[in-house]
Amino acid sequence: MFDRAAFFQRYGVGLALVLLVIFNLAVTPNFATSQTLAVNLTQVCTIVIVGVGMTLVIATGGIDLSVGSLMAIAGALSPMFFTGQLFPVPNLYVGIALGIAFPILIAGMFGLFNGWLVTRFSIQPIIATLVLFIAGRGIAQVSTNGDLQVFKVPEFQSIAIGRVLGVPFQVWIMLVIVIVSAFVLHKTVFGRQVLAVGGNEAAARLSGVPVGRVKFLVYFVSGLCSGVAGLIVIAMNSAADANLIGLGMELDAIAAVVVGGTLLSGGRATIVGTLLGALVIQLVRYTLLANGVPDPAALVVKAGLIVLAVWLQRQEQA
Amino acid sequence: MAATMTAPLLSMQAISKSFGGVPALIEASLEVMPAEVMALVGQNGAGTSTMIKIINGAYVRDSGSIAFNGQPWTAGSPQQAQRAGISTIFQEINLIGYRSVAENIFLGREPRRAFGLLDWAKMNADSAALLARFDVRVDVREPLERFSTAIQQMVAIARAVSFDARLVIMDEPTSSLDEAEVAVLLRTIRQLKADGVAVIFVSHKLDELYAVCDRVTIMRDGRTVAVSPMAEMSKLQLVAAMLGRDLAEVKKKGATAFEEGTGNIGGELLSARNISIGHKVHDVSLDIRRGEIVGLAGLLGSGRTETARAIFAADQKSGGTITFDGKPVDFREPAEAIAAGMGYCSEDRKSQGIVPGMSVAENMTLALMPALTRSGTLDEAKQREIVERFIKKIGIKCSGPNQKIRELSGGNQQKVLLARWLCMNPKLLILDEPTRGIDVGAKAEIQGLIRQLASDGLGVLMISSELEEIVEGADRVFVLREGRTVAELDREHITESGVMHAMAHGHDTDSQGHEGASPRV
Repeated sequence: MFDRAAFFQRYGVGLALVLLVIFNLAVTPNFATSQTLAVNLTQVCTIVIVGVGMTLVIATGGIDLSVGSLMAIAGALSPMFFTGQLFPVPNLYVGIALGIAFPILIAGMFGLFNGWLVTRFSIQPIIATLVLFIAGRGIAQVSTNGDLQVFKVPEFQSIAIGRVLGVPFQVWIMLVIVIVSAFVLHKTVFGRQVLAVGGNEAAARLSGVPVGRVKFLVYFVSGLCSGVAGLIVIAMNSAADANLIGLGMELDAIAAVVVGGTLLSGGRATIVGTLLGALVIQLVRYTLLANGVPDPAALVVKAGLIVLAVWLQRQEQA
Repeated sequence: MAATMTAPLLSMQAISKSFGGVPALIEASLEVMPAEVMALVGQNGAGTSTMIKIINGAYVRDSGSIAFNGQPWTAGSPQQAQRAGISTIFQEINLIGYRSVAENIFLGREPRRAFGLLDWAKMNADSAALLARFDVRVDVREPLERFSTAIQQMVAIARAVSFDARLVIMDEPTSSLDEAEVAVLLRTIRQLKADGVAVIFVSHKLDELYAVCDRVTIMRDGRTVAVSPMAEMSKLQLVAAMLGRDLAEVKKKGATAFEEGTGNIGGELLSARNISIGHKVHDVSLDIRRGEIVGLAGLLGSGRTETARAIFAADQKSGGTITFDGKPVDFREPAEAIAAGMGYCSEDRKSQGIVPGMSVAENMTLALMPALTRSGTLDEAKQREIVERFIKKIGIKCSGPNQKIRELSGGNQQKVLLARWLCMNPKLLILDEPTRGIDVGAKAEIQGLIRQLASDGLGVLMISSELEEIVEGADRVFVLREGRTVAELDREHITESGVMHAMAHGHDTDSQGHEGASPRV
């Protein structure tokens, strides 16, 4: 028997992407260029990277609202390392290494804090991560005195704008993160436990699944992903503005996850779906803009996509 | 019934109700006289709660007639029932914790003064007076949540009385109360009766029923099977009627698929001493030997599931000691109990057992998975091999290891959950209602499997509400009653009447059932 709802749930987002590409090839001028590809991919890179962490969190039945603020913390801290502002660094490359490693780890630590609130005190994830959603940006602003940090360090900025085989380096970072986490989710015990916790937490606990540790880890990973995304943003802009880095990212990431076909209630998740979901949202916006539809109207269409995705989820559950 | 001259306050005749084609009530009846305390009892699925919901307007009956106060009566909603004089006190208090006691009592019909202002003075004074009738003296201006469950229940009752209730329905009101609080509640019920209010009292605690009720209506499988003055029915008769057993009936053979044990029973595997858990379990002791099926019998609310969960560390016990496999243990989490060699199949397959969106293979290996790794990743070949072996071994009907478990029948889901533990090679398996809601064929297979496992040396603790499953399946039976172990029956002494006797009386051999207070210390 052909289950239409299940079919669209599973392949709908891929199908939509293919249709969008065909439509654009036919209608949009200059669509089939490497320039267009690069523009669209760089637009989704940070959303997908954050979306990967978000997918894992949502797979356990949680949600992480703090991602944008954690991006701001990582982005605001990083220049202090490689510009030698905190302490003198022996040479630029050591500074860059520290400026990459430390901010990502710090964002990861804040992710652990989210996990601690959720597991230790059984606070609802939406409330627990709201704490850092609010406080995180404050921390980022305080640590930079609210100043815009402008820098010109091409060696650092190559993480975003350098090219390998003609493709921006950040796209490679995104692909590696997507592939590794898709592998972890589908092929490792941890990945299966993530889905078991989201699918039926009581049953998972009674089967010996370390529910607390699993949740801890997904929020940690979400923090790390946010840190990486924060660095890519400042590398692209050659400036760090704690007020703006990652603003509204939590909603873009959640939208990509939902459109990609991950269940918001947990228990079923797809990392590749999140990648495709982000691409579909971006490509719809691009298609409308390239064909003369103003951006505000594109926002309405984006909202429509999310409604459609949620509707499909409900169809299947019913 | 015959001796009563007055007309019944509530009369329900030939009430039927189905949900999605499954009958919950079949021509059930219930009559309550004015100022009478009527006990309404039955096992799981007997239909008592459906009956209550039809009286108070939460459900609408499919057929049958109801008369309340001499008039034909159909409640469209609980609010309507309340206005007509029928109030229900639920196990979970449905009042507003953050508002004051007085506000809760007058919620929805607050006394007002000119300009629609609240008359706080009158509201507080009236509330205090109402509660004083039940000997409850509290500051009615305090938020309700500051008070104990018992006081909150009194407030709910006071609210019902203030509606001029003629009939108060209490659905397991004592299940979360301690002994002193129960005494207060029973006193309140007597007060209601003295004031001319009728009460329908649903409880699984026999002593309470005998302490306060005038008559009892017993339901089973959606039908009313017995109505009797409380004093004329012994506890044993009551339990027998609830379980549908004939007291004269000799233990009959072959109704279940359990064969006689092989007698190949080894040394002690688990010993639990003086376990207590909150208000539910006071003093439970039991032990299990290798290769033995130990039955845990008792009425609803006797603490069977709570005891099983505490042994498995799914919940924390508040007192007592457990020795497992020769060592004293104090597990904090199920994971530790599993590592030591225990497995637990919950009574609620759907909410505590299966992960519905996952495959048969993933559900079966959920506990084993950490041991199925090769350089950090899941060894899928090994997983598949194990899963296919168990699908064949215990006859799980599915299209393959990758089928989603939610698509399987209840019996096959249960087999997958059994296999979840069997593939771990456990020493002890705790089975809570292993055959509930399962078709007859699968039931026999599961019972046969349990016996076979025990012959292979596995210790089994089996909770069952089906008397014949306990009597025929178990090598030894512990009977719980109101949170205490009241009897231990050996193979030779396991009979239906023996188990029922212990459920009804504990050690007490007096067969006349109206002792009132608990016969045991």
